[in-house]
Amino acid sequence: MAKTRIYVPRETAAISVGADEVALELAREAKQRGAAIELVRNGSWGASWLEPLVEVEIDGARIAYGNVTAEAVPDLFTAGLLTGGDHPARLGPITDIDYLSKQDRWTFFRCGLIDPLSLTAFRERKGFAALERTFEIGSAAVIDAVTESGLRGRGGAAFPTGIKWRTVADTEADQKYVAVNADEGDSGTFSDRLLIEGDPFCLVESMLIAGFAVGATKGYIYLRSEYPLARSILARALDTARDAGWLGPNIQGSGFDFDIELHIGAGSYVCGEETAMLESLEGKPGIVRYRPPLPAIEGLFGKPTVVNNVVTLASVPNVIALGAERYAAYGVNRSLGTLAFQLAGNVRRGGLVEKAFGITLRELIEDFGQGTASGRPVRAVQVGGPLGAYLTESQLDTPLDYEAFMEIGAMIGHGGVVVFDDTVNMAQQARFAMEFCALESCGKCTPCRIGSTRGVEVIDRIIAGENRDENYDLLVELCDTMEDASLCAMGGMTPYPVRSVLKYFAEDFAPAREAGK
Amino acid sequence: MMKQAYDAKLASHLIAGFDARPEQLLQILHALQEHFGWISDAAIRQLADELNLSRAEVHGVVSYYHDFRTSAPGRHVVKICQAESCQAMGSRALTSHAEATLGLAMHASTDDLTLEPVYCLGNCACSPAVMVDGKTFGRVTAERFDAIVAAAREAN
Repeated sequence: MAKTRIYVPRETAAISVGADEVALELAREAKQRGAAIELVRNGSWGASWLEPLVEVEIDGARIAYGNVTAEAVPDLFTAGLLTGGDHPARLGPITDIDYLSKQDRWTFFRCGLIDPLSLTAFRERKGFAALERTFEIGSAAVIDAVTESGLRGRGGAAFPTGIKWRTVADTEADQKYVAVNADEGDSGTFSDRLLIEGDPFCLVESMLIAGFAVGATKGYIYLRSEYPLARSILARALDTARDAGWLGPNIQGSGFDFDIELHIGAGSYVCGEETAMLESLEGKPGIVRYRPPLPAIEGLFGKPTVVNNVVTLASVPNVIALGAERYAAYGVNRSLGTLAFQLAGNVRRGGLVEKAFGITLRELIEDFGQGTASGRPVRAVQVGGPLGAYLTESQLDTPLDYEAFMEIGAMIGHGGVVVFDDTVNMAQQARFAMEFCALESCGKCTPCRIGSTRGVEVIDRIIAGENRDENYDLLVELCDTMEDASLCAMGGMTPYPVRSVLKYFAEDFAPAREAGK
Repeated sequence: MMKQAYDAKLASHLIAGFDARPEQLLQILHALQEHFGWISDAAIRQLADELNLSRAEVHGVVSYYHDFRTSAPGRHVVKICQAESCQAMGSRALTSHAEATLGLAMHASTDDLTLEPVYCLGNCACSPAVMVDGKTFGRVTAERFDAIVAAAREAN
């Protein structure tokens, strides 16, 4: 009798709510019942609200069961799990789940489908096809394709990727590098982690394409230490790729040499800033560098370096395989392609939603997210991490487009969307923005290092009702100084969330006055 | 997570595993901390010697990064995410609950337990999140928190 294949994700969110225990119990129960099963630990589809999400393969279709607990496993078997039997947890075919079927899966097309450490499964799903095409068409054509696709940096700054690659390619040097920023520190974001845990060979392939295109022979991945599972999956994937001749000298007989070193960060948020990350990769404190010179010209160890975010790079293979125009057909205005949005915080259906730019926050939060987890009204939404503005309910119809967001004093950044219900105290959130900056500032420039500490103090005085008007003006002035005079986005953008609270949620700064009315 | 006492020979072996390259300092510190639990003055002196760096340079890196400890942690390390997504799902109340039930303030340590903040575990769709002895947990209520800590204590 053929074994029935059952998928249980080996992914941080799934495991954090019991996927390992479910997998153990499935194996135990199957053995006890004499049922032949093959347990596959796949990557996650990113529908985190359904985790642990178990799938059973029947005649090529994958039938999903959501929020499975270890305790429910015997019940599931009795209900006929192995033949797709009915059960309250049964969701039907995975392809029919609207949360997934309504997405535009370009970068994450393989994520959830396969065992992320199976090179065979990767190859069966077009893995390394884009690299082979890269070897055929040559580096200039690859850079042209990336430029024409309109792909912009997904780490936050949204700089055109093709232009960055061309700068590195055009800079003469005896050594060049590809440095991947996997220091995904923004609260509300986890797309880099999902990609690494669910499709690590995709990152390897993307780095090889980048390296070949710009003439680099060495790559570094800077992965945050808060991601231990991503670390172990990635380390194993690198070993497997190396053993199979996809890393090292003369890759698959192409004459191209490239290898990758994995570096683990050490809990510093500012190391997500590219020059601080380069310092950290050199074994030093993660203190930001003055720019110029740009890392593309003088980057890691003073050599020309492509610094890209994980998701940026992972979007490239399909651009090469399917064509730049296919990618550019997604999106709006100058925001082309898809973005892996991440729905988080107080939301009913949190997870990863890869969707073409132009979707509104309301569609994301109401259609995909189905509103708040608490069932209370949405009061504020922070987009783009701790340096992103808090938006109000009335701004939710803004299309997700880099420029449209800039116009309203906000940013899309790495695509994190954190929802708050009406119990939130926004004065506390403004205070936290300054507090976080004080905690994480690298200390190189004064506006950020000192300004953030003064910011916490001023906000405390406003909350306490001490010389409120004067302190309010002082806070605005402090925000101006930090924004104008900080070296990097840490100090330069911490004012964004603070200003948005002053502008849209000022009533939270005046509880004493309100009470006195 | 019982750690062994500092052992200069083992440390030397670990450093050699990274070819004693100074740019590997963070990676070496992680390895030392994994083995010995924290970074002692002896370790800093030895690192400076073997990587041909000044003690100030090594100390500068150890003190810059939140991950590196300069004193021994408790047997169990409990980290509670304090970032926005978890705040939106009640991490402030969860933190108060933890401090009250464990009898420990944030950043405080006993032989048994260390309680620390962490700023994002990347488990934001399952907020609030905590990490206990290196393992991430999501959708953590007060009751679930108590059970997770009890299970960790039971494990060793």
